Amino acid sequence: MPVNKSSKIQGPAPANASAELGVSAKPGDHGRNSPAMTPEQLTKAYRTMVLIRRFEERTGQLYGMGLIGGFCHLYIGQEAVVTGVQMALKPGDKVVTSYRDHGHMLATGMEARGVMAELTGRATGYSRGKGGSMHMFSRKENFYGGHGIVGAQVSIGIGLAFANRYRGSDEVSVAYFGEGASNQGQVFESFNIAALQKLPCIFVIENNRYGMGTSVERSSASRALYKNGEPWGIPGLQVDGMDVEAVHDAAQQAVAHCRAGNGPFLLEMTTYRYRGHSMSDPAKYRTRDEVDEMRRTHDAIERVRHALLGQGVEEQALKKIDDEIKTIVTDAAEFAQSSPEPDASELWTDILVEA
Amino acid sequence: MSTQVLMPALSPTMTEGKLARWLKKVGDTVSAGDVIAEIETDKATMEVEAVDEGTIGRLLVEEGTENVAVNAPIAVLLGEGEDASAAESKAEPPKAESPALPKVAAEGAGPKEIADRASEERTPALARVEPEKDWGETRSLSVREALRDAMAIEMRADDDVFLMGEEVAEYQGAYKISQGLLAEFGARRIIDTPITEHGFTGMAVGAALTGLKPIVEFMTFNFAMQAIDQIINSAAKTLYMSGGQMGCPIVFRGPNGAASRVAAQHSQCYASWYAHVPGLKVVAPYSSADALGLLRASIRDPNPIIFLENEILYGQSFECPTDPDFVLPIGKAKIERTGTQVTIVAFSIMVGVALKAAELLAEQGIDAEVINLRTLRPLDTATIIESVKKTSRLVTVEEGWPYAGIGAEISMQVIEHAFDWLDAPPVRVHGLDVPLPYAANLEKLALPQPDWVVDAVKKLV
Repeated sequence: MPVNKSSKIQGPAPANASAELGVSAKPGDHGRNSPAMTPEQLTKAYRTMVLIRRFEERTGQLYGMGLIGGFCHLYIGQEAVVTGVQMALKPGDKVVTSYRDHGHMLATGMEARGVMAELTGRATGYSRGKGGSMHMFSRKENFYGGHGIVGAQVSIGIGLAFANRYRGSDEVSVAYFGEGASNQGQVFESFNIAALQKLPCIFVIENNRYGMGTSVERSSASRALYKNGEPWGIPGLQVDGMDVEAVHDAAQQAVAHCRAGNGPFLLEMTTYRYRGHSMSDPAKYRTRDEVDEMRRTHDAIERVRHALLGQGVEEQALKKIDDEIKTIVTDAAEFAQSSPEPDASELWTDILVEA
Repeated sequence: MSTQVLMPALSPTMTEGKLARWLKKVGDTVSAGDVIAEIETDKATMEVEAVDEGTIGRLLVEEGTENVAVNAPIAVLLGEGEDASAAESKAEPPKAESPALPKVAAEGAGPKEIADRASEERTPALARVEPEKDWGETRSLSVREALRDAMAIEMRADDDVFLMGEEVAEYQGAYKISQGLLAEFGARRIIDTPITEHGFTGMAVGAALTGLKPIVEFMTFNFAMQAIDQIINSAAKTLYMSGGQMGCPIVFRGPNGAASRVAAQHSQCYASWYAHVPGLKVVAPYSSADALGLLRASIRDPNPIIFLENEILYGQSFECPTDPDFVLPIGKAKIERTGTQVTIVAFSIMVGVALKAAELLAEQGIDAEVINLRTLRPLDTATIIESVKKTSRLVTVEEGWPYAGIGAEISMQVIEHAFDWLDAPPVRVHGLDVPLPYAANLEKLALPQPDWVVDAVKKLV
């Protein structure tokens, strides 16, 4: 897309929000362009989001019991982002994200058992216990990590897009990163290369307002992250990331743009994490009122629940989903605790591929 | 069914904490995610969230209690239709459900066995040294041409191989290594990048993780420092971190070490830096045959390879096999000159310095063996040890700095494996431990010369 057209597709900043394009200034005003999700899609989104939330709560519990070690970053609050984006993709599309990755893995279809078993460091985990929370991968689900270095996944993400194009496929790649990572030099390098080469890469900034303890206002001179690709002519949209339908709608636009060979696209998802940056973060840099207010008025799962009930879905049907999810998560937790630790011989495997 | 709420650990090191405040009381209903209490650790105050839904049946620990052990029950949560008596029976005595202890997978895989394996790994059984295959007819070829030919041959054979880097396409390479490749393979496979090493290296790594086989040319390895996070954290470690799912078949190549009068920021040997890293292979060719045979092997190898070239060698010509199948194994050193009195081990341009020194020594009646390492990781320890067992003396030669250098590693390997054969302590010849100066005289004083090697040998013989 030529530079001079980019501004047309960019949504306005929150200050002068309009309903024109993908910007939501307040709940209920999502500015969606296309029809909302069908009841089936919405139900699927509900299921995925509840799975992620219950999984992460259980993760927090196992961490508290000392069964999960090291750094562990929960996705609670941000579920709508990955859920809505992933629902706009097709099989073969590739995904890479940061260390806050449990939700992404579940949304790409990776098994709760294998993810949880990796968190507890067991042989049955996705990385056979050698990666942990921040480093998990699935060739089968085209999930390329799980990356522990802030921003590094963005350059890798354009590499995935490069590979799609090199092979002549119409697959796209999604690189998720936080607003904190969006300041990394290699992110801008990646914008430049992706735009130069018109790579089919969707950059998704998950703006949860805090890079660890530093608010976005204190870390980014840019006040409109979705415009960060503007110098390179990368179209951007700011989206209410607590509204899975708005996320899905914007992601569909971005995917269509990339799949058609028009180059990269940038989505800024305004979202919120309810928990600290990692398990050991008391989150004193924000007030409890702020967190409570977000949970009470913006919760992505509650929003979908109300929408479904409004469409005539029975409370009982949702309860049934909740119960199924509870079973999946309980099973995963049990599996993750009962699986054996990796054999000591695993120390020396997977260092090099045997030529 | 009632469940117990346990005192959580909020950091990997926490063993106990203070239950500062209850935010729920008996009879309150809670759902997953509700904050039910605040606890204090030595570092911070944190919130405890409910993981299950239910009604608070009992609070087992009073507000303000200090030193509550991690995993001690602090409350009982009643399920649907249960009353408080369930909590009584469940809670008396309040026994912590101790977290399931991980099973140790293999019998006898205790710390001792692990240590033994680690030791085995450090001291691999030395392979028998095989004589180098005779590839027959040769012709004179420059290192520059050999590198280009290696890439062209492998690109013809495999569409997954491509070359990217600064000035590799239209400019034909900053050092003219990629001359003619754009014309043959086109812009899809010979790709000019902007001068952004960090970004384009990450891109190449991403492409390699999908199974493509990028060759990344760094204009010099000095600039790869901008990208070293992607090389080490992404390329070298992903196979391990993914439990073997995702390898990274990629070659990082370009000139390494001092060139001529380009001073400190452009004159540095990275051999020791990369050789330190498990998950990488590190190759350092000397001659045209090395360049052709090892680069072909590197492109075919399914692992990340650091391929350290030398700018001064680019224009030098050597005899190189003409056999179209010529390839050299990674991990095998070459005995460039046989001798009986001292083993001189060198790599890259220092092989030439060592050979020159051996000539000077021969004039003085000293018979030196010269080993060209070719690969720095994995190191061909067997060839070095076999030679030292014959000569009983070791001199290492490298252009880089001495501290924690390749010479230090080789010396230690020899001490570990052939201590009893040594007649004298090993000696390291190396670049001086200073940033490389610009002035012609100072530069020459800082880099190993044949005389330095001769002097080192004469201390031993």
